[in-house]
Amino acid sequence: MSAVAGHGASVHIQNCGKTFPDGTQALAPASLDIVSGETLVLLGPSGCGKTTMLRIIAGLETPDAGGRVLFDTTDMTAVPIEQRHVGMVFQSYALFPNMTVAENIGYGLKIRGVDKSVRAARVAEMVALTNIGGLENRRIDQLSGGQRQRVALARAVAVRPRVLLLDEPLTALDASLRDRLRSELNSLLRSLGITAIYVTHDQAEAMELGDRIVVMRKGAIAQIGTPREIYFAPQNRFVAEFVGAANIVEGPVAGGRLTLPGGWLALDNAADNAAAVAMIRPETIGIVAEADAFLRGTVESVAFIGDRQRLVVTGAANQPLTVDAPNTINVRAGERVGLSVTPQAVRVLPKED
Amino acid sequence: MRDRLIFASQLGFTLLVAAFLVVPVVLSITAGVTVNYFRGIQSGVTLQWVVQVWNLYAGEIGLSFLIAFATLAVTLVVGVPAAYGLHVKGGRLSRVIEEIITLPLAIPGLAIALALLLTYGGFGGFRQSWLFILAGHVVFTMPFMVRSVMAVFASVDIKTLDEGAASLGASPWTRFCNVIVPNAMPGILAGSLMVVTLSLGEFNLTWMLHTPLTKTLPVGLADSYASMRLEVASAYTLIFFIMIVPLLVAMQMFAEKGETK
Ligand SMILES: Nc1ncnc2c1ncn2[C@@H]1O[C@H](COP(=O)(O)OP(=O)(O)OP(=O)(O)O)[C@@H](O)[C@H]1O
Ligand SMILES: [Mg+2]
Repeated sequence: MSAVAGHGASVHIQNCGKTFPDGTQALAPASLDIVSGETLVLLGPSGCGKTTMLRIIAGLETPDAGGRVLFDTTDMTAVPIEQRHVGMVFQSYALFPNMTVAENIGYGLKIRGVDKSVRAARVAEMVALTNIGGLENRRIDQLSGGQRQRVALARAVAVRPRVLLLDEPLTALDASLRDRLRSELNSLLRSLGITAIYVTHDQAEAMELGDRIVVMRKGAIAQIGTPREIYFAPQNRFVAEFVGAANIVEGPVAGGRLTLPGGWLALDNAADNAAAVAMIRPETIGIVAEADAFLRGTVESVAFIGDRQRLVVTGAANQPLTVDAPNTINVRAGERVGLSVTPQAVRVLPKED
Repeated sequence: MRDRLIFASQLGFTLLVAAFLVVPVVLSITAGVTVNYFRGIQSGVTLQWVVQVWNLYAGEIGLSFLIAFATLAVTLVVGVPAAYGLHVKGGRLSRVIEEIITLPLAIPGLAIALALLLTYGGFGGFRQSWLFILAGHVVFTMPFMVRSVMAVFASVDIKTLDEGAASLGASPWTRFCNVIVPNAMPGILAGSLMVVTLSLGEFNLTWMLHTPLTKTLPVGLADSYASMRLEVASAYTLIFFIMIVPLLVAMQMFAEKGETK
């Protein structure tokens, strides 16, 4: 393992925007610093500019004038991709159909003029690392989707890139395989200690893999933070609703209390505001006896999901609240309940236009 | 019972159509080895016409093959990178260029020849050499090469493969050799087959462009039909056949091997 470990470069994106020749502005000028050895996830809905950002870092796309890309302290903006020493995993894998698995994995080393025996050893190491033993002499069209994904990863990592770039590498796989490969990928990235930039539109993937997550929206960065920050302290409504389930409630704040149709909620040092918007995660709302709570509502429906039950409570806020309750409590539709929420779990969001 | 009847009638029809096409060829070929066509095959079988044609037209035959393979070489060297460039670049300009390359398909060969004559007819050396015919053949066959290579590019997502190779450190030229050409092989082979066949059989354009010293097989054939006994012209057809059929079969096999590989 030590042979492949090693820290990658830090990546600095300065003022990189992208306007395509047809006038589409895929990316507004953005800046971003990626620490050496970190896994950074670019997360956002389709068309928000994730791939464009990744391709600018890779050197497959040049940023608009004024933008710069640095690896460590070297300006790479004008350096073509083949000299950037990156590893790239494409959504469609882009494996060479005219080569075997081993030839694919060894291609980058061959290009670099690495000695044949050294190459063979490194290929064997990659094959072991990605669990594809026995497939070395197969052709690409004789592999399953999951196997192709592993080969693509092995090929990208074999050259010991300074930065590993992955564009939705798991999207083409079915759900159960995706889950398994996700955790394999996670431990692989950790053990390699490589700088990795991972594009996905799947928030669960982002949470599991990312040291930090960059949430993107319409060509701009909506928030940068650790998975916990993104989840518990979203800075705006878009992030709150895109990452996980969120209840958005609206009402006036006065004296540290948010007043809602069904009562009030205590807040953590919140300024007075005639029309505040706040977010509450469904699993942070506790179901208590009506008499014990300052916020009350009526259970509209109960859905038993196994590990928990999902209630919809009306009358408490201006919109029905979703509550993830433990699977042990006994509530029925139509029942009146009290809702308890700690002040820390209520996140007041900034006003949006 | 009814199925058998249908099958029999279909078979009969197919054979009839085949016969309609094959009989003239067979007749023509037998005429080439008959001593006197008007008295029929009982007049005797001979190779004298074949020998006579060979003596008269060996030069044309050689030139035909020279031009066919030179055309192939030019369409390969120009057409494959052009197809790659057009595919990768995309956009409106690429489509316009593609249309222009394809244009000679729709324009009669005579018109192309006329245009070439008008433009380059004054350059004596060029006009009188076989390179003039080569130029015509390249214009005429280029769309077939470019189109069949582009069709493959569209089906194998060559752009992403190219980017994949680039990310692994390969220079544009290395990528072209290692990734683009091998993956475009089925299209290149199919295109080559087409180019050679078309060049060997091309008549319209070549007839306009040829000089007494630069004649290809089909032009020579027209010549001998017009000016010599029927037996000679038929012997010519026979030679044409003997030369071309094995070549085409070989290329076809080569192309199929490339596809299933
Ligand atoms: N070559 C191009 N020319 C013009 N517009 C483009 C080009 N490539 C991408 N775009 C546009 O730029 C925007 C961002 O595209 P991008 O591929 O970065 O999105 P994405 O976040 O990766 O989306 P997805 O999750 O669907 O892959 C989109 O609106 C897209 O249509
Ligand atoms: Mg994308």
